[in-house]
Amino acid sequence: MLKYIFKRIIWMPVLLLMVSLIVFFLGVYGPGDPIEVQLGNNYDQESADRIREKMGLNDPVVIQWLNYVRKAAVGDFGESYVFKNREVSELLIPKLIVSAKLNIISFVIAIAIGTPLGFYAAVHNGTVRDPIVVIFSLVFYAMPVFFTAPFLILIFALQLDLVPAAGWGGVFDKRIILPAITIGIPGAAVFVRLIRSSMIEVLDTDYVKLARAKGVSENKVLWKHAFRNAMLPVVTIMGFSLAGLFGGSLIVEILFGIPGVGRISLDSVYSRDYPVIMAIVLLGSSALVVANLIIDFLYTLVDPRIELQ
Amino acid sequence: MMDLNPKNLSATRLFMINFSRKKLGVICVILVSIIYLVGIFAPLLAPYDYSETNLLKTQSPPDMENLLGTDRLGRDILSRVIWGIQTTVIVTITGLLTGSLILGLFLGLLAGYYRGLFDFVVMRTGELVSSFPDILLIILLAATLRPRITKMFYSIEDNLNISGLVSSGIIDYLVIGIALLPLSWFGTMRLIRAQVFSIRNVDYVQSARTSGASTLRIVTRHILPNVIAPLVVTATFGLGAVALSEVILSFFGLGVQPPRPSLGAMLSDVSGRGGASVSVLTNHPEQLLSPIIVIWIMIFCWNIIGDALTDILNPRKN
Repeated sequence: MLKYIFKRIIWMPVLLLMVSLIVFFLGVYGPGDPIEVQLGNNYDQESADRIREKMGLNDPVVIQWLNYVRKAAVGDFGESYVFKNREVSELLIPKLIVSAKLNIISFVIAIAIGTPLGFYAAVHNGTVRDPIVVIFSLVFYAMPVFFTAPFLILIFALQLDLVPAAGWGGVFDKRIILPAITIGIPGAAVFVRLIRSSMIEVLDTDYVKLARAKGVSENKVLWKHAFRNAMLPVVTIMGFSLAGLFGGSLIVEILFGIPGVGRISLDSVYSRDYPVIMAIVLLGSSALVVANLIIDFLYTLVDPRIELQ
Repeated sequence: MMDLNPKNLSATRLFMINFSRKKLGVICVILVSIIYLVGIFAPLLAPYDYSETNLLKTQSPPDMENLLGTDRLGRDILSRVIWGIQTTVIVTITGLLTGSLILGLFLGLLAGYYRGLFDFVVMRTGELVSSFPDILLIILLAATLRPRITKMFYSIEDNLNISGLVSSGIIDYLVIGIALLPLSWFGTMRLIRAQVFSIRNVDYVQSARTSGASTLRIVTRHILPNVIAPLVVTATFGLGAVALSEVILSFFGLGVQPPRPSLGAMLSDVSGRGGASVSVLTNHPEQLLSPIIVIWIMIFCWNIIGDALTDILNPRKN
């Protein structure tokens, strides 16, 4: 167990190193010249050469990559090509905070809607109520955000005038509600299905049957014996949502005009601002890798029957 | 009398009977088949060409001439949806063939059968690929590859003295195909590999080996039939994701390029690659809803079919 965790922790930096190599390679291989991006209309050969030399772009790619990694390891991702004289980390941190807030609220919404519905469906397994909940959750799961976003805005912002249509004001601002619901809806559907299936499985186990047979009240059986055990899979999804901080909310952030990581990642891809792209990808990958490790670890804590190998 | 004793039925018959019991699954298979047929026969079914504009009749509501109305350039929305479905069909089928079948199945079989170094390399590569945030990787790949691939095709055209290669739209599909590759193969590969692990040492494989069967024969005759079921399940779930990713790529202008049609490009047309297209929803709902309903049905159905297949094919349940 410890050996396994240790191996995984050793493997992590290797993985991230290779991630950075791939992104770096894409940056070099990709079209466009960073100097052109940086100078824009003021491009002339002489200053281009000067900057090239200063930035070390004449060095072999491997050297450039090693230099980059050495700095990135201590949190220095260089300067943005597009936003003059702005450190990438200084540019990204506020965006990361915005995305993190949005995703945490979405996550809470997803759990708040998904858990009771999944529980309800599982308890009513065998009646018509179960498939109805399941089908509805699948319909909502498949609902494209391209529809959810304008639809919610139309209803709640324009018709009912309850919240502003777009923008950002932090967690305690009304404007977070609609985007968080937009992200939360498919998330809730995932929870419904997960909790339903794991509840049904748990309700069929011997210890639940025994608890019922010895006359434990139904409420106590459901909550104390079944529900606790059924919550296990939620742990996995928690990790995925954590990693989804980067990818999952990308489109929604753009649809609602939220100044998060989504907006800046897309902009930097369009404008070929490679230092920013690389930092985002590296941070995103680190989050994913760490999240996966934590999930595996939590799994063994929650359920000692699972052995890591 | 039809004999419904499971023991006397072939696996395929049994599967068909089990599947036909899943009413929603059957409905979804029918819906998806209709969508795919529409896509395949787009040239015959679409009343207009996808790029045919009619500037005298823009943003018109549905009428007899244009059953779903026209967009802001006066293009027939129904035709664009039909052609857009064709793009989805091409992209999902390419994704299925390259990602799931060739890479997923092939590497999974090899890694599972030979294990050792090959397995190690494939698994670590897979872990590497899946440690990227996927939407970001797809977007980045598409943005980086397109100019290179376009350049390559122009030089091919010049060298061979042919034309029409670039304008045929093949670049779009190639870019999308390569960008989506990392998405689909690893899940399939890992599953196939695990399946091969579990059967490579069962008695009948052992006896085939001792009786001198070649590796190729063992893999194709004894192992392959056992991995078909999990392959079908993961491939089905994968198709929805591939279809959606193409929509997202084209929405951001990194997939199918205008004027060629794609459901995602239609969405970005009405919402201008940003804003939430509320005014379109109120003033011209058909422009937004037509592509969305197709996407919605498709994703929903792939999931339902995947669920039904998992239910039937899951070996733990049988």
